[in-house]
Amino acid sequence: MRIPVLVLVVLIACATAAPLVAPYAPEGIDLARRREVPSATHWFGTDELGRDVFSRVIYGARVSLAVGMLSAVVAGACGVAIGGVAGYAGGAVDAALMRITDGMLAIPRLPLLMIAGVVLQPSVPLLILLVGLVGWMETARVVRAEFRTLSSIGFVEGARAAGAGHVRVLVRHLFPNAAQAVAVSLTLAVARGVLLESALSFFGVGVRPPAASWGNMLYQAQAALSSEPWLAIAPGVFILITTVSVNLIGDRLASRPAA
Amino acid sequence: MIRFVARRSLQALPLLFIVSALVFLLIHAAPGGPLAIYLSNPNVRPEDIERLRRALGLDRPLWLQYWNWLWAFVRGDWGYSFSDGRPVTARILERTPATIELVSLSLACALVLTIPVGIVAAMRKGRWFDRIATGLSMAGISLPGFWFGLLLQIVFAAGLGWLPSSGRSTPGADDAIDQLQHLLLPTIVLATVLASGWSRYLRGSMIDTLSMPFIASARARGLPMRRVVLRHALRNALGPLVAIVTVDAALLVSGAVVTESVFAWPGLGSLFTEALARRDYTVLMALLMLSASAVVLFNLIADALQALIDPRAAAA
Repeated sequence: MRIPVLVLVVLIACATAAPLVAPYAPEGIDLARRREVPSATHWFGTDELGRDVFSRVIYGARVSLAVGMLSAVVAGACGVAIGGVAGYAGGAVDAALMRITDGMLAIPRLPLLMIAGVVLQPSVPLLILLVGLVGWMETARVVRAEFRTLSSIGFVEGARAAGAGHVRVLVRHLFPNAAQAVAVSLTLAVARGVLLESALSFFGVGVRPPAASWGNMLYQAQAALSSEPWLAIAPGVFILITTVSVNLIGDRLASRPAA
Repeated sequence: MIRFVARRSLQALPLLFIVSALVFLLIHAAPGGPLAIYLSNPNVRPEDIERLRRALGLDRPLWLQYWNWLWAFVRGDWGYSFSDGRPVTARILERTPATIELVSLSLACALVLTIPVGIVAAMRKGRWFDRIATGLSMAGISLPGFWFGLLLQIVFAAGLGWLPSSGRSTPGADDAIDQLQHLLLPTIVLATVLASGWSRYLRGSMIDTLSMPFIASARARGLPMRRVVLRHALRNALGPLVAIVTVDAALLVSGAVVTESVFAWPGLGSLFTEALARRDYTVLMALLMLSASAVVLFNLIADALQALIDPRAAAA
């Protein structure tokens, strides 16, 4: 678990300190040095406007990681709220919320987001919200399942009998027991968020140029695939490193025995 | 068994209602609604938009519009494409064969990979084969499919020149070899992503099953390992896999959007991206509904298949 955590920490640190790490300005055009292959001065080469690809990857990490992580927070918050209410209330409320969850799960995520991307032309904060809003269903399901199980073994009844209010039961008694499952679903949501952002931007409906994100760098790279293939390598490798690290952490969290 | 399937079908019906309402609301919640493309066009006068609104019934109450749309959709009247005026059904039908071809080949390849890899990895848990398989499948589920597609194009099409980078066939040529060459790269992308997820799943459920007492008892009765694994353990571990495979198959109705677009494969996925570029809402809505309905329907099939493989599932 240490290596993937370390990798993520380094990535986040580089993204945060991008002005210090990146050797060039991400949107700095240098027409004298266009389409250069990777070299000592430009580690990942330059693009059709002479912009340094390494610097763009570092700045792009800001957007891509922010969308991945913050959208997972949105998804997690919605999932815990919806799954928690469904699992605690039971009955008709539970049935209604779970049918909506099933319905949302049936609608394919990426096409849905692509339509939203075209219609709304989202800014980065809106993009985070949208990606989060299509990602809460898995968390809702695990939270609801956990809450149902705990309720059925008299756990809630006991706490209620001891004088705990509904909010206290939910926050202090039920949620801590679901925390591990939520953490696992959050890591999955981060990886999915990064992948969704990259796919949306790759189709030109996510993060818009000139701002760099890993996805829209690949969108640019696609146009020059045979003449400047190096443009397509770095952003993809960074996406892969991020999602693999996050998924490895999730795997480890899932296999850890409950505290 | 029949009662189980009937009960599940009845549950699927309201789900279809919810899905259709969600899809409908999403399009209508968009700024400008279905007429958004005309609102930004300076050549369309406000009175024309008003006339269109009335002609298309957009001035009626929302629930009535939904009902009319749903009723028309169920009868197979999916409206006309905004971009070329042809019936949406015709545009979808002409693209369906290409998608079915790509998706069915990818599903088959993914299954052929998944079953042996999942079983052997579970039997050799922790050994080198398992480590490599687990590592590769972890990379596979983390891989952005479109980037993998770009890499294959760089290496095999642009670099080595062995395979065509896009399309379904070379204009003029219509031999089977040419078609297979076009199919190869997109199939590799889809099958890799699918097999990565599935083999992890099968490995996990095989490990669980192999540790159960009935496996030890079968071995103790003197049955050979081969037979125990293939007839006893696999049958138990297969149920959950079938559920995932069926749902993934349904998602591919639209889930091949990325792969099809990267390789310009003329199926439903590229129809979606084309419609997206032209804001062809009728086509987009029909495709979204089609794929969501496919998920609901295939879930039903998965339940039935699972009950067939493992009768205990139907009793639950």
